[in-house]
Amino acid sequence: MISLSTTPIRSIVIPRYKKDAIVAAVKKGERIDGRRYSDFRRIEVSLNPVSRANGSAQVKIGSTMVITGVKAEIGSPYPDTPNEGVLQVHAEFVPLASPIFEAGPPDENAIEVARVVDRGLRESRFVKLDELVIIPGKKVWSIYVDIYLLDHGGNIIDASMLSSTLALYACRLPRIMVSGEEIVIDRDVYDKQIPLGDPVVSVTVGFIEDYLLVDPSIEEEAVLDGKLTFIFDKKGNLAGIQKTGVKGIKTKTLEQALELSQKKSQELFELIEKVISSSENYSKPLA
Amino acid sequence: MGKYGVKLLRDDGLRLDGRRLDELRKIRIEVGVLKNANGSALVEYGNTKVIAAVYGPRDVYPKHVALPDRALVRCRYHMAPFSTKERKSPAPTRREIELSKVIREALESVIFTELFPRTAIDIFVEVIQSDGGTRTASLTAASVALADAGIPMKDIVVGVAVGKIDGVLALDLNDIEDQYGEADMPVGYAVGLGEIVLLQLNGLLTSKEFIDAVKLAIRGCEQIYKLAKEALAKNYMSVSEPSG
Amino acid sequence: MKIKPIVVERQIVRPGDLLGYVEGEQSVSFMLYPDKNVYVKENRVYSSVLGVVVIEDDGISVIPLEGFYIPKKDDLVIGTIVGIGLTSWIVDIRSPYKAVLNGSDVIEDFNPIQHDLRNYLDIGDQILARIVSCDRTRDPVLTIKSRELGKIIDGVIVEVKPSRVPRIIGRNKSMLNILLEYSGCNIIVAQNGLVWVRCSDKERYDAVINAIKMINDKPHMKGLTEAVKTYLQNRLGGR
Repeated sequence: MISLSTTPIRSIVIPRYKKDAIVAAVKKGERIDGRRYSDFRRIEVSLNPVSRANGSAQVKIGSTMVITGVKAEIGSPYPDTPNEGVLQVHAEFVPLASPIFEAGPPDENAIEVARVVDRGLRESRFVKLDELVIIPGKKVWSIYVDIYLLDHGGNIIDASMLSSTLALYACRLPRIMVSGEEIVIDRDVYDKQIPLGDPVVSVTVGFIEDYLLVDPSIEEEAVLDGKLTFIFDKKGNLAGIQKTGVKGIKTKTLEQALELSQKKSQELFELIEKVISSSENYSKPLA
Repeated sequence: MGKYGVKLLRDDGLRLDGRRLDELRKIRIEVGVLKNANGSALVEYGNTKVIAAVYGPRDVYPKHVALPDRALVRCRYHMAPFSTKERKSPAPTRREIELSKVIREALESVIFTELFPRTAIDIFVEVIQSDGGTRTASLTAASVALADAGIPMKDIVVGVAVGKIDGVLALDLNDIEDQYGEADMPVGYAVGLGEIVLLQLNGLLTSKEFIDAVKLAIRGCEQIYKLAKEALAKNYMSVSEPSG
Repeated sequence: MKIKPIVVERQIVRPGDLLGYVEGEQSVSFMLYPDKNVYVKENRVYSSVLGVVVIEDDGISVIPLEGFYIPKKDDLVIGTIVGIGLTSWIVDIRSPYKAVLNGSDVIEDFNPIQHDLRNYLDIGDQILARIVSCDRTRDPVLTIKSRELGKIIDGVIVEVKPSRVPRIIGRNKSMLNILLEYSGCNIIVAQNGLVWVRCSDKERYDAVINAIKMINDKPHMKGLTEAVKTYLQNRLGGR
């Protein structure tokens, strides 16, 4: 029964000594990979590794690797929003990404990532749905954002959010000509960018009791009490939040996590700025 | 002015249903409403009605999926096809799958699962009528049902959603407010422990609004917590009275 | 551990309700006491279940109002055979765990090739048994070796809530003795919430079953023991 959420039973077994080492380090403000509690891992970006997609981006945070592909097609609007384009976000955790992933339809974790990213992109109006109308009430652009997790090294949401944002920036729509009810697509010319607003970024902070860890790795995730994902816009406003994990958090710790993640979000905005302003430097082949 | 120009606040500052900004809807909690389940509860937040049932701890099949050191917690949040304005297909949607996870994690943070290794605790919540706040009402109902089933927990957890309508924060959004408002933030809280066990935000809030919204949600949860505890005690008051 | 209670006997409490404070210098940051249905956090005692307070000399415990039977070693239980394997029976003892009764416990020189378990105990049969072993890693194992244990073939089995069992037995068996004395019936109370009753006539059966029902429904009533005694006396006229 797919909609019966179950305590995860297949998880990576982290040896006890490693768990103890991680917790001991955290209490001293350190981490086993040498980072400070507030550091992100190394982030690598590659734009348009997949040329068949209208836009794509590969993001590696530490060893977590996500490729997001964006496809744009002409379709009908949803009946209750006849003057808006369509945005759909899906995520797949394919089996090759981790020994614990099984083949099959997306499980609750993949669905959660997709929905959190969707909410961030949608609520912030980063994707300007009202500017994606071709023939009002009849034909609109449908933007499909497909997140593919290729290597699970922890903190899937931040890598997914970043790669989705960059893929949308890299996306180019084919030129179209509208005459009356007819739409002609020129599949040889892709020069129109998706109408985009200000970007959002997500910053995930893990917590163990009152201690915080930015960008938890997969080993750290195995010992965390829980995680908080904050989605920010450039002005520091919140465009989404998701708490995950099976332990509660005190309000004071929550507020500290908010402050910490808001500070970190600036680094990600700087990275996005760098990538889109000098995209040639980031158009590397897949790897 | 809300989305699509829908006004959610009246000129007198009250909401469309006459409530103040910090006022909960009428809340009803009934314990032990189902005979077959080990524990059950019916919870209403205004027109939102949900029923929760708990079975367990019980055997897990197949045996190899059982956890050796604690109980498996399995949770299903599901909306009846007739619960929404337009008929909803009975097949599980991505939303129901995400909410099942979010509710399960919130409950797992208080259940003493280590007391029942190799068993499963099954929690089923059905939304009978949906008018906003279904996941938070479901969390409250599930928690009360777990207590009714005699399952040991650190605390009762309850939930309420805070949102932003026409630019101001409001407590316990109904469906219209959720649809046309600027933000919707469901919160699950263990009042005794002082811990937030469920937290999501859909929409836009400034950091300050967020902090205020959390405080408002906690105040709402404290009221609902009191009602939940009263409902649990009410069922059994007769047990300590002398018989006629 | 000395506890200063802030609740009273028979008070109804719920998970997370504060029951009292730990006195003395020892500092307990977190400790769960499953047998008492309480937990201690930072020297404060909380209830972990919906139940009724019992104040003892050495602390507070909570008797769950609802609940299920958790098997313990040496407990007397009544079970129903629900499965038959090659070398053992699976027994339902109304607990989250199914119990196991080995063929070798019942049949001398048990040999699965020679002996068909079905010829000894079949699905649906009920047994009075004792728990031989039970730990966190395995399902409980039963025995029916003693003379007083074995297949139940007569009488009536009454279901009660497992949390009522101590009340049905009573302090120093006081309640059970009342039931036995004033009914003249044979009554065996199993720890898993089942009571095996054997009487000589229907009148007695009805009386005992009602008396047990009284205890099950209102276990925390003041003067319950007297009420049961009075009821049986009136109903059976001290026969």
